[in-house]
Amino acid sequence: MSVKLVNISKIFKDHEDIQKKVIAVDNVNLEIKEGEMVTLLGPSGCGKTTTLRIISGFETPSAGEIWISGKMVNNIPPNKRDTSMVFQSYAIFPHLSVAQNIGFGLELKGWKRKDIKVEVKKIMAIMDFLELYSRRPDQLSGGQQQRVALARAIINKPSVLLFDEPLSNLDAKLRIQMRIEIRRIQKAFGITSIYVTHDQEEAMTVSDRIVIMNDGKIMQVATPFNIYSYPANDFVADFIGRVNFISTKIKEINEKGCVVAFGNGQKEIQLRYGNFQTGDKVTLIVRPESIKMTCCKEDKIYPMKGKVDKVVYLGPTIEYEIEVDSIDRKINAVIYNPIEAGFFHEGDLVNIDFNPSAAHILPAQD
Amino acid sequence: MMKIHKNWFKKSSQEIAHITKDPVLLLFILAIFSSLIIFIVYPLYKVIVVSVFSKGQFSFGILKEVISNWYFRQGLYNSILMGVLTSVFGTGIGFLFAFTLARTDIPLKKIFHLVAIIPIISPPFIGAMAIIMLFGNNGLITSTLLGIRNFRIYGFRGLLFAQVITFFPVAYITLRGVLESISPTLEDAAFDLGGSRWKVFQKVTLPLAIPGIASAILVLFVETLADFGNPLILAGSKFPILSVQAYLQITGMYDLPRGAALALILLVPSISVYFLQKYWVARKKYVTVTGKPTASSLKVVSPAVKWILFGLCILLTAIILLIYITILWGAFAKVWGFDNSLTTKHFQYVFSVGFKAVTDTLLIAATSTPLAGILGMIIAFLVVRKKFPGKNIMEFTSMLSFAVPGTVIGIGYILGFNSPPLVLTGTFLILILNFIFRYIPVGIQSGVAILRQVDPSIEEAAIDLGADSQYTFKRITLPLMIPAFFSGLIYSFVRAMTAISAAIFLVSAKWNLMTVQIMSQVESGRLGAASAFSVILVAIILLAILLIRAILTLFYGSFKGTMLKI
Repeated sequence: MSVKLVNISKIFKDHEDIQKKVIAVDNVNLEIKEGEMVTLLGPSGCGKTTTLRIISGFETPSAGEIWISGKMVNNIPPNKRDTSMVFQSYAIFPHLSVAQNIGFGLELKGWKRKDIKVEVKKIMAIMDFLELYSRRPDQLSGGQQQRVALARAIINKPSVLLFDEPLSNLDAKLRIQMRIEIRRIQKAFGITSIYVTHDQEEAMTVSDRIVIMNDGKIMQVATPFNIYSYPANDFVADFIGRVNFISTKIKEINEKGCVVAFGNGQKEIQLRYGNFQTGDKVTLIVRPESIKMTCCKEDKIYPMKGKVDKVVYLGPTIEYEIEVDSIDRKINAVIYNPIEAGFFHEGDLVNIDFNPSAAHILPAQD
Repeated sequence: MMKIHKNWFKKSSQEIAHITKDPVLLLFILAIFSSLIIFIVYPLYKVIVVSVFSKGQFSFGILKEVISNWYFRQGLYNSILMGVLTSVFGTGIGFLFAFTLARTDIPLKKIFHLVAIIPIISPPFIGAMAIIMLFGNNGLITSTLLGIRNFRIYGFRGLLFAQVITFFPVAYITLRGVLESISPTLEDAAFDLGGSRWKVFQKVTLPLAIPGIASAILVLFVETLADFGNPLILAGSKFPILSVQAYLQITGMYDLPRGAALALILLVPSISVYFLQKYWVARKKYVTVTGKPTASSLKVVSPAVKWILFGLCILLTAIILLIYITILWGAFAKVWGFDNSLTTKHFQYVFSVGFKAVTDTLLIAATSTPLAGILGMIIAFLVVRKKFPGKNIMEFTSMLSFAVPGTVIGIGYILGFNSPPLVLTGTFLILILNFIFRYIPVGIQSGVAILRQVDPSIEEAAIDLGADSQYTFKRITLPLMIPAFFSGLIYSFVRAMTAISAAIFLVSAKWNLMTVQIMSQVESGRLGAASAFSVILVAIILLAILLIRAILTLFYGSFKGTMLKI
């Protein structure tokens, strides 16, 4: 039940001018293992939804091959393709009851009415919303409609389950609840799933692996931990969470990694991607929460000194912008539990440091 | 140029390649195209051909002759004059009515609304009939009450009055929608910024309503120009009107080429103004509704103006009610104007001698409207959801019968279907076909409106779950279109029941219509029988509307809300 995309491209023609072309998906290669939940994440217009619609069959790729469970499915129309989609708008049939909506796929397969009833009840019990069995769609809340859409997709036992931004119409609280629920159900049924979203947090919570897309191209495919900690390029680093980019140079390469200059001092950092040589310009990537701030003490040598420029108090955290002499950009720091960690004020002199294992090195972009 | 053609060709050939994969769809498209060509385009083509060919030779002879004829020129002038005046006065009154009902908190709003709707659901010549009964030679007001003999109601004055009363409700409905879509908060904002009430109306309300007003004027112009019933009764020979002249040339003089030429002359202004309205004015509408709909604070009208408007509404309502009471009374009066005591003899006459017309009308309307509705829904579905070459042509052609005056279509049908290959004159079928193709635009409009509201992913969801396109249409799309189908059905049923302008050419001894019967009763001076027919006609329409509504709420009431919201 794996999914494989081989050199998939999709070129849309402009409606007004056929000569004009828009490349929505640009030579995408991707392999999704059985039972895995993979998220396509990226800014709007990055091609993630088009990729999903290509897998479901609603769009035909301009080039490339789609393989589902070892079969090339390019020429199989969406209604014969073994995929089920959960739509952004849920697409609940408004004239059918909840039970009829969920049983729709089985009805099409020619199941007997009483068998459909049993199966619908079974799935609704597993998903814990059996009490809605005889409701009509207009009597459902957003979250309930979402469950109906999910149950309707799962009951068909598809090889692949597709989610097209399924939570974007829900309020913030429900979204958090539903993404945990979706992940639970996906794991319980073990269905290979592809999930499209532009919400990073959502992607981090539901996915085994995340695919970051931009301009129709895949930027990186990795686990949530690796995406966040070891982004493959500046785009990914910047797109996921917040980041400090510190330009520096490689001083030395050794068996553990490399040594880079950092302010007045230096740091030994592990190299994860790319080929580097001594003397290469690189970008050091450090997340704001990895920055350590301490009070300036004259007697100790710190790698970097700076002055607090801006303080934003958010409750659980406090955010600082620090001006550092040796760097052209300001350093952002997020300090958790500020009461324990201590407060700084605008104009305070501070020392800046970080744990080398929390840093990551990318080639410098000019 | 070449490039555009090449691209168009490339696009079309791609679309053709796409639809040949779905043979059922292709078959539907071809069938619809050929029927539109045979029953809409071909009759119009015949009207043109007969007017510009004489004895097999192309010539503008007949057209020239018709145009140089003083009497026909006068007819054209009168028709256009009547169209302009009716559209201006009708829209004015319609705006007044709409503004009062949408922007003030006067009492009796529901009653005013109902009264304004009545002329829409009754035969268009009822106004003319009532005017004769009130102001004619034996009129209740002129003769019985005031004792005036020989009051000249026929001609310009009477006709204009009848036309305004008949058509202002169309403007009212359009403008009420327009005014209700203008958020009252805009007026409140202008008021808050220091504008006087008059300034607010002048600077905010009126400019925002202008596209709607322009649209209403043009629609009323087209409808008045095409109207046939009122002028036939009221215009008289000294005030010729083009649609009536065309009819008289054909039925009175048996002069088909002249009739066709007059029809052609009538067609030109109708069609140009219709498309001006549809493709230019209708697109200029402002969309001002944003965020949550806000309740009107109704501060835009001062109390004094409010009661003046209320008084005008009362007056107008009284006039309309007077018309309908006159018809009702006329149906029960022994001899209108001479002996107004009550009798049921006119109804007895209708139920004995004229009953075939009643059943014929019902049969024809009840057969043609569902067919027109279904065809309209299918065309709406194809136009909104499918891609195929000629899609725009299909939409354009099927909407054409809204623009073409009934008289022209009627003449086109007798010219087109009187000789092989299709001989249909005098049959049940020609009436059915005429009605179907005249009323598909109603179904198309409501179908298109509802389909644009239905999220396409609902249909995609069905396909994704394994349904093919026919099953999706049958099980998902069609049920979602049912409310629109029925509301279209009500409207086209009303139109079919009250139609006269095209139908009058197509009736025969075997198949007759109530409207045509009413006309001939009026012409032979039997106003009582005409009134009785009219009362029965309006009663049937009201019953049908209530029946369709009841069915709808019974079967679809529980989830009608969702179906329309999505």
